[in-house]
Amino acid sequence: MNTLVAEPSAARPRSAPAVDPAAAVARTRARPGLGDTFNQTFAMAWRALKKMRRNPEQFFDVALQPLLFTAMFAYVFGGAISGDVDSYLPLLIPGIVAQTVLTTCMATGVQMREDMDKGVFDRFRSLPMSRIAPLAGPMMADLIRYLIAAVLTYLMGLILGYRPGGGVLGVVGAVLLAVFTGWALAWAFTWIGTLARSARSVQGISMMILFPLTFLSNAFVPADTLPGWLESFTRINPVSHLVSGTRDLANNGVITAQVGWTLLAGLAVIVIFMPLSVASYKRHL
Amino acid sequence: MTATPAVRADGLVKRFGDFRAVDRIDLEVRHGEIFGVLGPNGAGKTTMLKMLATLLPIDGGRAEIFGVDVAAQPHRVRQLIGVTGQYASVDEDLSATENLWLFGRLQGLKAADARATARRLLEQFGLEDAAERKISAFSGGMRRRLDLAASLITRPPLIFLDEPTTGLDPRTRGQMWNTIRGLVEDGCTVLLTTQYLDEADQLADRVCVIDQGRKVAEGTPDELKTQVGDSTLQLQLAPGADQALAREVVFRVLGEEPVTTPESGRMNVPLDVADRAADVLIALREAAVSISSVSVAKPSLDEVFLALTGHGTDTGTGTGTGTARPAGVVPGQDTNSPDKPVMEKAR
Ligand SMILES: Nc1ncnc2c1ncn2[C@@H]1O[C@H](COP(=O)(O)OP(=O)(O)OP(=O)(O)O)[C@@H](O)[C@H]1O
Ligand SMILES: [Mg+2]
Repeated sequence: MNTLVAEPSAARPRSAPAVDPAAAVARTRARPGLGDTFNQTFAMAWRALKKMRRNPEQFFDVALQPLLFTAMFAYVFGGAISGDVDSYLPLLIPGIVAQTVLTTCMATGVQMREDMDKGVFDRFRSLPMSRIAPLAGPMMADLIRYLIAAVLTYLMGLILGYRPGGGVLGVVGAVLLAVFTGWALAWAFTWIGTLARSARSVQGISMMILFPLTFLSNAFVPADTLPGWLESFTRINPVSHLVSGTRDLANNGVITAQVGWTLLAGLAVIVIFMPLSVASYKRHL
Repeated sequence: MTATPAVRADGLVKRFGDFRAVDRIDLEVRHGEIFGVLGPNGAGKTTMLKMLATLLPIDGGRAEIFGVDVAAQPHRVRQLIGVTGQYASVDEDLSATENLWLFGRLQGLKAADARATARRLLEQFGLEDAAERKISAFSGGMRRRLDLAASLITRPPLIFLDEPTTGLDPRTRGQMWNTIRGLVEDGCTVLLTTQYLDEADQLADRVCVIDQGRKVAEGTPDELKTQVGDSTLQLQLAPGADQALAREVVFRVLGEEPVTTPESGRMNVPLDVADRAADVLIALREAAVSISSVSVAKPSLDEVFLALTGHGTDTGTGTGTGTARPAGVVPGQDTNSPDKPVMEKAR
């Protein structure tokens, strides 16, 4: 290779530059402040909301699943499990809420993956912004999804004849608990989203986690009808706690230890998976 | 006080497995200049730029932006640079205004300031009419301009442009050139990559040529041209003239083959000494090769590239003959016309 490196010489003459880089360097900050992080997270949430408004079809699954599943499960299993539909509904509705919220989490992870593959993420990475904002922003916007999913399920239950014993407050509490748990668990799926190679694989992995979790729980059947080993699993399954917690709130209007366990599990998921997601997002370039 | 360079890289390395996409590149870009990084497809331009812009981890060596270490203080570096990547990095689902507003907000502008900045930039880049349109309905040129506008929101002192004019029509390319010159007049430093030798020649104060991850030359466009010979004899063969014979004659006189464009019958002959032009012309006359026009010009960067890399503008192997100036067929020898890609992507 004939390397010919010319001596650097004077460039074309130019008037003195108006920008003072030394001042610019002095203005820079070593890391984003808390206030910046909040503002950036809200800006990213605004972006996610805009996108939701422009692509309302992505709400189809959130909206249809509770309606379809509630009706199907009520009429198919109602007679077999509880004798009739009316007495099955108090058992079923909290289960469907839990299931819908979990499916919505999966959608959060899948969409995060899809979004991260877009060119605009190159720009987010090149901006002096907090690394958590691109993850936390969309998740804030997703609170709306969980809310829609939970509210629709209860509405469908009411239409089918469900009369929650916990009254309005109990149901509101149950909805909030479900929304919080969904949001917390979404961090785990976001982590999968930042790790996996494609949106399709996020979907596949998430399904494999979600199906056993929701069906090997007390979501659709009373746990004491199950064989012993399965019953023990359903007792430690966090989804069971969520289902029991929402049942206690919606049907009886009481805050039980189940509610506490659910909140604790949600917090644990956030504490573990939020840093993991951010670290994996930083690495993933 | 010696001014801190805008960019300084020492022995920059990027590995993808065993493959070195960037191989020990040293770089110094002075404040206030346009620095061109020139190289064919796959040379490592984008990879190098991404490392400097904190978008890819640096595997070896170190880099500083205005004296701030890129690997150690990426967040600081991001406050000093604007990056316009090779592929548009704006949000397809948002309008132009919304995009600029969002990027402004993300960089700490107040909502009203972000809106005002968005309006100012859209006007500056001639995009007011498309302000509310979705980006997916934008043409390639509009997208490119919006992308550049998005890099200028906080008026960063250093701007990275990865192939800013690839895929633009001649007029839009000319506009983009003016925009880039304007940036530097405002006091910015610009580091741009390009595959167009002509573009580097027109825009850049200094150029570095990279090939297969290595730096093969650096200097002002004029210095690089000087390395190839002082001037070029440009011949336009008459229609029907025997091109093969013409090449042979030139080879006999000068000991090397000219750069030819078979479609148009053009031949560029690098000359160490301008006097040799007469020898070539006489020899052609004696061989009865007729010529429709002749000119002697300073060499284009095409020839510089051929001379420096030894294998023309392709990235394949086997074309390099090891001689200082191997034969090459370079399409579109019209130097100074921005409408022609001077380097073809594939052969
Ligand atoms: N993520 C990656 N993994 C593996 N190889 C890569 C990766 N990114 C780039 N490369 C390789 O590194 C080399 C340099 O690529 P780069 O994109 O920097 O070239 P370039 O000079 O920008 O080319 P172009 O003009 O086509 O944009 C290429 O051979 C490319 O295949
Ligand atoms: Mg490139």
